[in-house]
Amino acid sequence: MSIGIAMSKDNDDDGIVLTEAQKRARRSRSIAIALALAALVILFYVMTLVKGPGVLIRPI
Amino acid sequence: MSLVSEGTDFRGSLGASAGLAEPSLATVGDYVALMKPRVMSLVVFTALVGLAVAPGSLHPLTAFTALLCIAVGAGAAGALNMWYDADIDAVMTRTARRPVPMGRVLPREALSFGLTLAGFAVFTLGLLVSWLAAALLAFTIFFYVAIYTVWLKRSTPQNIVIGGAAGAFPPMIGWAAATGSLSLEPILLFLIIFFWTPPHFWALALYRTEDYARACIPMLPVVAGDKSTRRQILLYTAILAPFGIAPWLFGYTGPLYGTTAVAAGAIMMVLGWQVLRERRPAERASRNLFAFSILYLFLLFAVLLVERGWGGLIARLAA
Repeated sequence: MSIGIAMSKDNDDDGIVLTEAQKRARRSRSIAIALALAALVILFYVMTLVKGPGVLIRPI
Repeated sequence: MSLVSEGTDFRGSLGASAGLAEPSLATVGDYVALMKPRVMSLVVFTALVGLAVAPGSLHPLTAFTALLCIAVGAGAAGALNMWYDADIDAVMTRTARRPVPMGRVLPREALSFGLTLAGFAVFTLGLLVSWLAAALLAFTIFFYVAIYTVWLKRSTPQNIVIGGAAGAFPPMIGWAAATGSLSLEPILLFLIIFFWTPPHFWALALYRTEDYARACIPMLPVVAGDKSTRRQILLYTAILAPFGIAPWLFGYTGPLYGTTAVAAGAIMMVLGWQVLRERRPAERASRNLFAFSILYLFLLFAVLLVERGWGGLIARLAA
């Protein structure tokens, strides 16, 4: 399946014009990345609270 | 040298199209599929058992973090496997609908996704849980991608024998996450999965021989033939059955596990014997062994979890 045909490159000033499907896919991916990063921040924050002063003690 | 014939070079598009970024139609579901969720669920389950049967105490959130990192690490390995194997995935019936051969995810996207996930999984596990567990996870990803996928899979019929080690590491990672060390017990769990892998995958390969041959993957039935594969299946099943009982023999488990392991091992041997006696084009015995082998591994680890791990896990969560 070629997705290149969905792009318009006729006019350099317009740049790449995304189709509606491409915009929807990009939006869903962006939301997923944002949620994953937020979850990572929360995980590190809560784990720091859980470990307390021992957060810097990490046995090998 | 790769045995795969020259055709569409999926990985080649990494450089060719690097300067012309095409907007992707890939959905979140496609990226989830890249992580091989079914394989991931087995990895998480065996890692959970390793973590639960380990001695000592672990905060439930730390245990959750460890399992999350192991799951993401397994997903990273799956994505990197799909990046490298896109050419052979495209010609195999079982894998032709994966995101990369279907064109929904570009090879360079699968590669970036896999490397990013691997980095996050290893360093998060190291920073928040244990660097030994993180090192084992990093080695597992490296082993699965570099040793199995890139090297062994296309070059030797022993590919899944040696490469099976990658799938056997999760209980050891779980144990290391809980204790920060290793001992004989997680090594026994490793050996059970290690010797379970050949009969499991060769039983599948027996009735997918044409698929593997078309993709030029030197699976044992393709290279050594049907009869030799059936003998090897019975041989590895005969090695697996005692290893399945070993945790009970060493006194790590109780009679429930011992009884289950003996009974399940005996069924595996009977099915392995039926596979040996079967002749192509019949494939019923092979399908039976493949199906039961999944149940065998699940049963052993589930009983281990119930008998050894469940009480410890509840005590750990309550602590």
